[in-house]
Amino acid sequence: MSVGTNFNPRRFHKSQLKFYLFLGPFAVFMALPIVYIFSTAFKPIDELFAFPPRFFVRRPTIENFRDIFSFVEYGLPVARYFMNSVIVTLFVVGLSVLLSTMAGYVLSKKTFKGQKFIFEVNKIALMFVAVAVTIPRFLVISNIGIIDTMAAHVLPMIAIPVGLFLVKQFIDQVPDELIDAAKVDGAGDVYILSKIVFPLVRPAVATIAILSFQATWNNTVTSTIYVNDELKQTFAFYMSTLTNISNSVAAAGLGAAATLIMFVPNLVIFMFLQSKVMNTMAHSGLK
Amino acid sequence: MSTKIINFVEKNDRSTYIFVAPYVILFTTFIVIPVFLAIILSFTYFNGIQFPTWNGINNYIYILTEDEIFMKTVLPNTLLFSVIVGPGGYILSFVLAWMLSQITHRARTVLALIIYSPSMTAGIAMSVVWKIMFSGDERGFINSMLLQLNLINEPVQFLQSPEYLMTIMIIVSLWSSMGVGFLAILAGLLSVNKELYEAAYIDGMKSRLQEIFYITIPSIKKQMMFGAVMSIVGTFSAGAIGVALSGANPTPQNAGQLILNHIEDYGLMRSEMGVSAALSVILLGIIFFFSSVFKRLLKEDE
Repeated sequence: MSVGTNFNPRRFHKSQLKFYLFLGPFAVFMALPIVYIFSTAFKPIDELFAFPPRFFVRRPTIENFRDIFSFVEYGLPVARYFMNSVIVTLFVVGLSVLLSTMAGYVLSKKTFKGQKFIFEVNKIALMFVAVAVTIPRFLVISNIGIIDTMAAHVLPMIAIPVGLFLVKQFIDQVPDELIDAAKVDGAGDVYILSKIVFPLVRPAVATIAILSFQATWNNTVTSTIYVNDELKQTFAFYMSTLTNISNSVAAAGLGAAATLIMFVPNLVIFMFLQSKVMNTMAHSGLK
Repeated sequence: MSTKIINFVEKNDRSTYIFVAPYVILFTTFIVIPVFLAIILSFTYFNGIQFPTWNGINNYIYILTEDEIFMKTVLPNTLLFSVIVGPGGYILSFVLAWMLSQITHRARTVLALIIYSPSMTAGIAMSVVWKIMFSGDERGFINSMLLQLNLINEPVQFLQSPEYLMTIMIIVSLWSSMGVGFLAILAGLLSVNKELYEAAYIDGMKSRLQEIFYITIPSIKKQMMFGAVMSIVGTFSAGAIGVALSGANPTPQNAGQLILNHIEDYGLMRSEMGVSAALSVILLGIIFFFSSVFKRLLKEDE
């Protein structure tokens, strides 16, 4: 057998050993910091202060987590920030999935004025770095009157150029005949999108959901700059204020626990949807 | 019958625009307008309170000639950081993805998940861990290890000393750089038609290296392009990490100061929105420039 046909192999062969030899240690190296948070998050106070510091926890406790949720800042329980994050994230993920599939469908399967232009501009916007234009964005947000509202968390996060790009590329794979047949049967756009296209492009939908989840769940910029009302700030922001108490050992346990709370939902969602994401990425080509 | 058809067309046309409108409106409001606003503001003097006044290209002249920090540290820092993290991360993601494509499905899934997982954590959130690890006293994990190995005599102020900050920023950013681009390249590699390889070997191809350059890369060019753009954007958005690690903007002696931090410094701390906007335009320009260069590089041998 020639060498090249070895990729995506069905079974183990000893020629693959050399890859494991590199990938194994490398993966361990990549995972170490994450393992360290897990371990530190469960450390009781005396282990945090232990010298020399230990990597792994000896007697795990959930004290750090209890402390985080019993904290009260500006008279607000931390659970409030957590709920704000959950609500904001749900709205952003739901709306960005809905709006990008709607737009992706017509950009892929219809012909209308401005269609090419919209997709080209969206492609250029793949290179968009949101934090670079934080201040102009602030001016826009304050001029449309949503500063200090929940809408300031949600609206700016919905349109993700990468999301629309991926979903449009994916819908391109759906055969036109399928849609034409439905049209002949008298189906409208809403029906075609919800009953035919949407189920077929689930992998792309899962991918947008993950991307917008990560961007929103981890977002601290909005609460730092666009929302100063403590009632409406998010958990990620609260967490970042917590970790700014630098170099304090006791804060390290809290920080690790908070980081874990931030990280685990990302991980779990990705684990469940990873095969769908990979499926979408195969169509991610950019010319 | 004919009115029915007209109605059908009209109905469809209308829903076309209704479908695309919400996205376009939000996209325009929060992406297109801010970019244009940044371009306009970059030609003004604006302190955030009074109405901006026209200032011509003075902000750009100021940045290039009078802002010593920008020319002496910020620009070199940004270039150093992006040259190592950008191409470094990109090559690393290709090599890793290629190796992963050579092993079996189950092991690949597990290893890919581990390698991808750092990029799921917002860099800032993870800075907690790095802060603990590189903590400046003997309880910091790295310090205590080095002390025990007798490599140092007293704890090193990793995050506060200009000599180390940049190195640590680069390590942390590389660690979390296997993102969407890495996944795209891996997915691309797995979708290459096996017959291409078989045919090439029959035609006399001999080594894996030849295989990579003549078959693999050309076959996944589009995904490579996507990965490159994502990696360029990711690199330039990673600017917050230095501030997060050192806990200060500007970073100690500007050692970890990147354009992104400089933009924030001018815009939020010094209220010089015009200069800040000009810096944003320069940054977006740099990203655009690198992406186009890369596009041309890949296109040439088509």
